[in-house]
Amino acid sequence: MTTYIVRRLLVTIPVLFGIILVVFVVGRLLPGDPCHILLGERATNAICAQFNHEFGYDKPILSQFGDYLTGLTHGDLGKELRTGLPVGDLLISRLPMTVELSIFALLFATTVGILLGVISAYRRNSAVDVATMAFANLGVSIPVFVLGLLLAFFFAIVLKGTFFSLPPAGRLTAGLSVVPLAERWGMEGTSGPIRAVVDFVSNMYTFNGLLSLQWNVFADALRHLILPAFALGTIPLAIIARITRSSLLEVLGLDYVRTARAKGLAEPAVVRRHGLPNAMLPVVTIVGLQVGGLLAGAVLTETIFNLAGVGQALYDAITSHDFAVMQGFVLVIAVGFLLVNLIVDLSYAYLDPRIRLS
Amino acid sequence: MSVVATPAELQVDQLATARPASLWRDTIANILRQRNAQIGLLILATLVFFAVFADQLSSFAPNDVLLGHEDGVKRLSAPCVHALGCPSVRVEHIFGLDGNARDEFSRVIHGARISLWIGFATVGFAIVIGSLIGLVAGYAEGVLDSVLMRTMDIVLVFPSLLLAIAIVAALGASLVNAQIAIGIVAIPIYARVMRASVLTVKENGYITASRALGESAAGLIFRRILPNAITPIIVTGTLGIGTAVLEVAALSFLGLGAQPPLAEWGSMIGLERGHLFTAAHLILFPGIALSMTVFGFNLLGDGLRDALDPRLNR
Repeated sequence: MTTYIVRRLLVTIPVLFGIILVVFVVGRLLPGDPCHILLGERATNAICAQFNHEFGYDKPILSQFGDYLTGLTHGDLGKELRTGLPVGDLLISRLPMTVELSIFALLFATTVGILLGVISAYRRNSAVDVATMAFANLGVSIPVFVLGLLLAFFFAIVLKGTFFSLPPAGRLTAGLSVVPLAERWGMEGTSGPIRAVVDFVSNMYTFNGLLSLQWNVFADALRHLILPAFALGTIPLAIIARITRSSLLEVLGLDYVRTARAKGLAEPAVVRRHGLPNAMLPVVTIVGLQVGGLLAGAVLTETIFNLAGVGQALYDAITSHDFAVMQGFVLVIAVGFLLVNLIVDLSYAYLDPRIRLS
Repeated sequence: MSVVATPAELQVDQLATARPASLWRDTIANILRQRNAQIGLLILATLVFFAVFADQLSSFAPNDVLLGHEDGVKRLSAPCVHALGCPSVRVEHIFGLDGNARDEFSRVIHGARISLWIGFATVGFAIVIGSLIGLVAGYAEGVLDSVLMRTMDIVLVFPSLLLAIAIVAALGASLVNAQIAIGIVAIPIYARVMRASVLTVKENGYITASRALGESAAGLIFRRILPNAITPIIVTGTLGIGTAVLEVAALSFLGLGAQPPLAEWGSMIGLERGHLFTAAHLILFPGIALSMTVFGFNLLGDGLRDALDPRLNR
């Protein structure tokens, strides 16, 4: 197993380098130079020359790439063009929101999706099955932004004042605030990777509420996440439900399942012990693939629910040609992808002993 | 030649013979048997009907600002249907008026034209380029194949909508650029599908035979391989139309695609989003139209896949 993980990690290194190269090149291919875009009419040649010198854009392109790689090895993602602040800081303030939203969306999509898929396969061609699959078909057809807006309208306006009303925007109710975990745990003096991790977790408000035992913060942050997570998770949910159903149906038609039935095992036990574990491989693949889609959906979800996450920041960076932010964010996203793929591959090995032992 | 038929000839005529099988006739019959495809075709037929007769069905032009033209006209006014109790003194606007006092029903049904165009043109663009890449990669194999397919892999690594946003940022925000961006992002999918089917088709005896007869590479690719490798592309393409409509609408929603005053559903929703709490009908109607269009194409694509997949024809 260890050699499998090591080999798998070594394979990702060239891919990672390729991604860094592509992001760097694409950033430079975009027309318009950042100086003129940022400063507009104030951008005289002299000012732009100084600006380019300050950010190193006057150096040869290869030397810029070398500087960028050197910076990366020190954990330096460069500086934001507009504010001159480190991109890493922007990431630590924006990424946790998106990660938190994606975690809840994926959790919702996976649990409900697999459950619906199993019920559908178990009661094939019943009314439940037909209804679930119709819902799944419809689910992949509703755009995230339409679903998000309609959910916001229904839960914030139609159900206003009832027990079920939910906030349509923001991360916390006005008046509530989170205390950074670093402050709470007396870590203001520390810096470096540990501090970065603490700050990162601290900006995921539900986790912050849990870790600092502030239940009102936890509950409020969770309430604010329900609608965005629901909107973002619906398409993956529908896809997961369909894959689970078809995969389980295929497995339930195999010989060893017939053997299990023949030896007198009750149907729920057949599905649970012999069907489901063997039907999980395609489901895991699809769940892994959905992570990319979640990020694209996050741009739209964050716009609708007014959440300052990585999607919003990346959208701003792309439309304002901020190379540094774009490179940093895309790199982190790509690393995230690779990590998810790694987890998916490792879970294959866990789910299928044939892969583990070969 | 005798006019009277001999007993032998009569017998041959009266023998029950099966109609010769035809791929397309069988396929169409198969598609029409699928419940999904039936519903999908019905939805799309409705869409085409609205798109064709949009001018006849609406009493107002989609871009007409009605302020000053009608008495008591108000921006964002709710739907008014006489049959449902709206006072007959008011002018009937069955989907209400939008933020610029334009008839929402007219805008929604005119949007059908634009969405159909978006779906077919975007996927058509991606299919043509993607198929060409897939054909060349699958036919050539070797280094060219590796270079082309690894390039496709790199495009696939990036989340599609984010890559599309970057492309639009480079080209400038407009409907055509949004379509190009979504088209480019979809190219690798078609290239992969085409390459895979070319690799299978290429092994057939009739390809070797054509080659032996001296057919040129271009002839082999376009006359022999392409027609036999195109079925999976049609299925993937039909399923891709829904996605393309969805993604172009998302770009328009963000302000990067169709520009006002064009009656495109995504941009209509994006512009009226601020009025969600006072005029939800302006989100609801274009939202339903958009979802149903995507739903229709997805159902048809599913039906087509089931009909064309020989493993399912039992």
